[in-house]
Amino acid sequence: MDLLGLISFGPGGWGNALAAGTWLTIRLALATLPFGLILGLAIAQAKRSDNRLLRAFGNLYTTVFRGLPELLTIFIVYFGGQIVLQKVVSFVAPGQTIEISGFVAGMIALGVVFSAYASEVLLGAFNGIGRGQWEAAKALGLRPFPTLRLVILPQLIRLALPGLANLWLILLKDTSLVSVIALDDLLRMTGIAVRVTKEPFFFFGVACLIYLAMSMISSIGITAIERRVERGHRRAA
Amino acid sequence: MNWELLQNYGPRMLQGLMVTLQLVVIAISLGALLAVPIALGRMSRNRVVGGLAFAYVYAVRGTPLLAQTFLVYYGAGQFRPELQAVGLWWLFRDAFFCCALTFTLNTAAYQAEIYRGAILAVPRGQSEAAMSLGLKPRAIFRMVVAPQAVLLALRPLGNEIILMIKGSSVAAIVTVFDLMGVTRLAYSRSFDFQVYLWAAVLYLALVEIIRRVWDLIERRLTRHVRQH
Repeated sequence: MDLLGLISFGPGGWGNALAAGTWLTIRLALATLPFGLILGLAIAQAKRSDNRLLRAFGNLYTTVFRGLPELLTIFIVYFGGQIVLQKVVSFVAPGQTIEISGFVAGMIALGVVFSAYASEVLLGAFNGIGRGQWEAAKALGLRPFPTLRLVILPQLIRLALPGLANLWLILLKDTSLVSVIALDDLLRMTGIAVRVTKEPFFFFGVACLIYLAMSMISSIGITAIERRVERGHRRAA
Repeated sequence: MNWELLQNYGPRMLQGLMVTLQLVVIAISLGALLAVPIALGRMSRNRVVGGLAFAYVYAVRGTPLLAQTFLVYYGAGQFRPELQAVGLWWLFRDAFFCCALTFTLNTAAYQAEIYRGAILAVPRGQSEAAMSLGLKPRAIFRMVVAPQAVLLALRPLGNEIILMIKGSSVAAIVTVFDLMGVTRLAYSRSFDFQVYLWAAVLYLALVEIIRRVWDLIERRLTRHVRQH
């Protein structure tokens, strides 16, 4: 059979399966991003806090989730989450069973890893914003939360963007690890196609090219966002 | 703590840790050898050489390590007759070797970018001064630029080693019994979640030790360029 026929969308072709896998990979990455960002912001705030306990927690969190292999984090969230959830459910409603969805487990695990790295990026960005910005906002009578939202965040985005863009590209690749917890992402669908067609080199090569295409498209998008946040901020020549 | 389980699988997990270390040491050191020509290729004025090096680095960094491992491990099976003909099949049949190869090729691309960045970060004045002293280009690189670039590369290289330790866990998925592989085996037999937590402690300890030791090495090697 010719190879191009194998990735066609018609009968006997694996185009539909690969497209479905790609779509799940994209959805997982997009769902993880806001979750990871918000968690990362919270961890960054904990590390900037005056409270020693909070600071210690933030640092421990970062050390642990930057040190663990992503694959192990996924297993721990998937199996451990199952056990914890089951305990809660049997406490509330004895006799009931519950199963954690691979998608949610993958999203939490990848989001936690993302947030650990993102908190460091955001911490650096916070340090790049002068004290005067906070003081000026206070002098204008802004309360802490509006200060953060109106004054700090717009500047934070500009400073944190290169680091966060890098983390996004890493996240996109890390989604491939969820294929081990039976989630039908691109790599798992490719694996199924390989088992049927016995063309591993071709199909895994195609999967790599699809990942590469996703990275390229992301890079284009990142450049566009960068240009947008840099507007009104002329670089020193 | 489940002591019986620890007795059964503790020693095997330590063996797995050794396999993980072997994979990382092989990949990082062979990757470093491969990375130098790639980094030089990236900086070459020859457009073909530069383009090829760029394409290699871009392709490796844009695809997941797990997909690359599958490509080599399962893909090699497809070329069995050819590999047997050149007498290399016994290597590609082995999952450990396939992982070592994939990780080497992977880290070579990342390390190439680290070395390129370090070489470019050495101030221009250094090579200009060397030139004015009459040193030839080769000598300038070897005696002036390279020693300073190595120091600049130390920190990112330390990060790369840690990323490789974490990344090497994907070897478990292609049947290598590294730390992750042994852990998965222990879990599938005992269904005791603890084993994953032990593995977590071992990985964290390994990463922290490497980070501290690397910090010491870096501080020692850069003691002459520090201010104060």
